[in-house]
Amino acid sequence: MSKKGFLNSSIGKKLVMGLTGLFLISFLIVHVSINACIFIPDNGETFNAAAHFMATNPVIRIMEIGLFAGLLLHIYQALILTLENKKARPVAYAQINGAANSSWYSRSMGVLGSLLLLFLVVHLAHFWVDTKVAVFSGTADQHNTYNEMLEVFSHWWVVAIYLVGVISLLYHLLHGFQSAFQTLGINHKKYTPIIKKTGIWFSIIVCLLFAAMPVLMFVRSM
Amino acid sequence: MSGNMNLTLKVWKQKNKNEKGRFETIEAKGISPDMSFLEMFDVVNEKLINDGKEPIAFDHDCREGICGMCSMYINGRPHGPKQGVTTCQLHMRSFKDGDTIVVEPWRSAAFPVIKDLAVDRSSFDRIMAAGGFISVNTGNVKDANNILIPKDDADTAFAAAACIGCGACVAACKNSSAMLFVSAKVSQLALLPQGQVEKQDRVLNMVKQMDEEGFGNCTNTGACEAECPKEISLENIARMNREYMSASFTQNK
Repeated sequence: MSKKGFLNSSIGKKLVMGLTGLFLISFLIVHVSINACIFIPDNGETFNAAAHFMATNPVIRIMEIGLFAGLLLHIYQALILTLENKKARPVAYAQINGAANSSWYSRSMGVLGSLLLLFLVVHLAHFWVDTKVAVFSGTADQHNTYNEMLEVFSHWWVVAIYLVGVISLLYHLLHGFQSAFQTLGINHKKYTPIIKKTGIWFSIIVCLLFAAMPVLMFVRSM
Repeated sequence: MSGNMNLTLKVWKQKNKNEKGRFETIEAKGISPDMSFLEMFDVVNEKLINDGKEPIAFDHDCREGICGMCSMYINGRPHGPKQGVTTCQLHMRSFKDGDTIVVEPWRSAAFPVIKDLAVDRSSFDRIMAAGGFISVNTGNVKDANNILIPKDDADTAFAAAACIGCGACVAACKNSSAMLFVSAKVSQLALLPQGQVEKQDRVLNMVKQMDEEGFGNCTNTGACEAECPKEISLENIARMNREYMSASFTQNK
């Protein structure tokens, strides 16, 4: 069978979702680690140094292109799959008792993903665009991301938007993490329970750290 | 009779595949709690026939939970509120006097409605014809047990082979995916030596046919496993994913 055939098959499309999902999860680890530098009480010195490295290092810049490609592929594949799945049930049920057989967030990955995408637009407009402008205008050395965070998170409603984004991420990850392994064909009596527990703890820890950041900056900006 | 129940049924009525269906409200009176759900429908249909009305069409055959014919999406769940049972194994004692019960057919593009609650599941037959078998030459009958099979493999294959092809997995899935059914059929043969000879062609052909029939894509919600009357495990879907990937990338065609 040709490779094109594989990627157009239902299992091939699942695999693309799973692999891009795991790739985006690996990015979250980097993102949350770098940002955790704001917890060091040194007026953002460590964090700014880390942010400056991430914004200017050529290897990271190339990886950023890969990251956007992975994100777009994840979104594109999700759209194709959602449309196909809608077509597979032309007449809807009048009554569905979904809670009896599955978790609400496993059935709401599309909605959670869309919320995340909306959040991402706001998030990139807040931080990524400014950093890019600074890099391309040659003022990256003076760019103080820590002060920018203080400024952005001085409004309570911005903090609220970020918390909604983080909650969407939490539930998206709670299903997505373990689901990616099942898609890869990993379902094992001994290892699957470990993967599931790891997924739950990973989602909770990453999201708690992310949620703490805007809250902390709001408090510091007061 | 005392202890008997009066129920209100909201049943899907549809003339044929092409016509639009609608719900009809039908009273079911004097229903014994010891009746099966299908026997309740027999009582309702007898009354409809006596009243000169058209009975409700529904699928059924063995009425002992092994044929996979009975369908019915009852109160938002395939085969009703109990776990691990078919509709014929569901009893009216699972409901309360005065309940309103909503009964719909399996809803999937790949399962067109034939009439009322009966759907056409021949898409499953076509998937089976695409590879759900082993090729055996004619000749003398072989001695039993001349190919040794590990007990664990035999047990896992047997658990997968318990699938009765009822389609509850498709009905339960929010995406109308048939992955649990197909994976059970792929697994039961891939686990045994007799099936391993053709396992690559089998999984490729069966998945291809599944995709062509218009079933949706799996998102691992696990609804199929929870609603399956034979409690087929999600492990089978993971196994099918592995088989499909390895066949796709190693078969030189």
